Amino acid sequence: MPENRVREQGWVKVSGTDAIVEFDSVGLRYGTGAEILKDLDFRLVRGGFTYLTGASGAGKTSLLKLLYLAQRPTRGRIRLFGEELSHAPRTAMPAYRRRIGVVFQDFRLVRHLSAFDNVALPLRIAGRPEREIAVSVRELLDWVGLADRSAAHPPTLSGGEQQRVAIARAVVGHPELLVADEPTGNVDSDMAKRLLHLFERLNELGTTVLVATHDVSLIAATKGAQLMRLDGGELVDPTGMLRHPPSPARAAS
Amino acid sequence: MRAFAPTLADKRLLPQGGTRLTPWLIGVLMFVAVLVGAAGLAIANAAATVARGAEQRWSIQLPGGGGQALAAAAAARQANGVAAVRPVPDEQVRGLLRRWLGDEAAGADLPVPALIDVELRPGANGEDLRRRVLAAAPDVSIQPFSEQLGPMLRGLRTLQGLTFTLLVLLAAAIAAAVMLATRGAYDTHRSTVAVLHGIGATDEQLAALFQQRMAREALVGGSAGAILALTLVLLMLAALDSGTAVAVGGSPLRPLDLVMLGVLPLATGLLALLVARVTVLTALRADP
Repeated sequence: MPENRVREQGWVKVSGTDAIVEFDSVGLRYGTGAEILKDLDFRLVRGGFTYLTGASGAGKTSLLKLLYLAQRPTRGRIRLFGEELSHAPRTAMPAYRRRIGVVFQDFRLVRHLSAFDNVALPLRIAGRPEREIAVSVRELLDWVGLADRSAAHPPTLSGGEQQRVAIARAVVGHPELLVADEPTGNVDSDMAKRLLHLFERLNELGTTVLVATHDVSLIAATKGAQLMRLDGGELVDPTGMLRHPPSPARAAS
Repeated sequence: MRAFAPTLADKRLLPQGGTRLTPWLIGVLMFVAVLVGAAGLAIANAAATVARGAEQRWSIQLPGGGGQALAAAAAARQANGVAAVRPVPDEQVRGLLRRWLGDEAAGADLPVPALIDVELRPGANGEDLRRRVLAAAPDVSIQPFSEQLGPMLRGLRTLQGLTFTLLVLLAAAIAAAVMLATRGAYDTHRSTVAVLHGIGATDEQLAALFQQRMAREALVGGSAGAILALTLVLLMLAALDSGTAVAVGGSPLRPLDLVMLGVLPLATGLLALLVARVTVLTALRADP
């Protein structure tokens, strides 16, 4: 935890210079195709809550891939956790990936593992003791309402249940940065609120949250969240707060 | 950071898939490898036994018969490093010739060379023997058995080299089988690998999942093949012991040889582990 972080009324205060994500003239193209993302310049303040919107094909998922280090930019510079990672050696990447929780749009659960084992994966990879893993995983499964489904395998879970398992897996390691791609796309409104509350709670605990969504009600329900929109691979900054995020961002809202 | 410990839960990360042909294939290859290895070791032992005996044994040949035999034998006895001097009886020489010449070899009118076998002590080089014998009887021919057995020893060593080459080829076949099986398993579980990679698994952790499985399969298949082959080898040795083939003195395989053959499955397991590791690490290099 950075020393300049303080808690006030449950919100995290951060200094304006404490960016967890910095994109500087970032571009991305796949192979020799056209550029999917063009000249992205933005910063996400540590402890912030940001929504990413945009029409289908605008480049949201590609931007998220850059954020969770599944893709490298073809140009520009990306700094995560204060480190320049655009050209970092691949051997260094796992340590950074462990600091990021990801909710994939297609869930990406391991089909032959139970819900419990799927949620436990990040902790097992990090080498946590099994006793600690059991406590954390049960707590998270309870939180997402799947305590009684912990032994179930993904093919036997509904879409919404799979999504909740995916979310539990993303947050179980208390990541510094949580990236979620349409996390409420397959759940009803009650569960969507519940999951949003989970994200907010994590955010209160210091996790920087970036959620890609089309769900306007979700955006409206999150007090003080920043919003950025992608249009044709270019970033539109409707709040004007991305390049120079407010300080302290959430506390002021 | 603690390594990705291969607990029971971890093992479930990669469920058994595919046709499970790898252990069978490795078992067959190991069966052949153990038999080839046994043959190679037996040939090596035979060559060593022959060479060892040949280096210490010399033969003095007297073309004119026994006229100079006494002088040559006396000179041989006085030479340094000589352990024994044994004139070969005339009947024995004629008996040897009978194989080639038939019963005519037994006729008294056939001039037969006299032979003297000389055995040197271990480490003696025979030069003093040669010098003394030639000084006493200049017309004799004296040479070590190794010169006479040279072509046979070369043949044995060629066979030995051939078996070694076959073993290398079999090891390469096992490595290729493991590499293909690993690639197949990697492709089958690519989505799982992508998930694990995405949430922070290192290349080494992912490689460990595959290398453990491949080593286990190679060990199981290799052990089965080796046990069958060793059983066959032991049965053959038992048959040889009770039969005729003690031509090179004693059993063709020493206990140490059997231990070496028994270690082959372990070596195969290690080979499979390394090949699987390199295969997975190479495949992962394509990811960011």
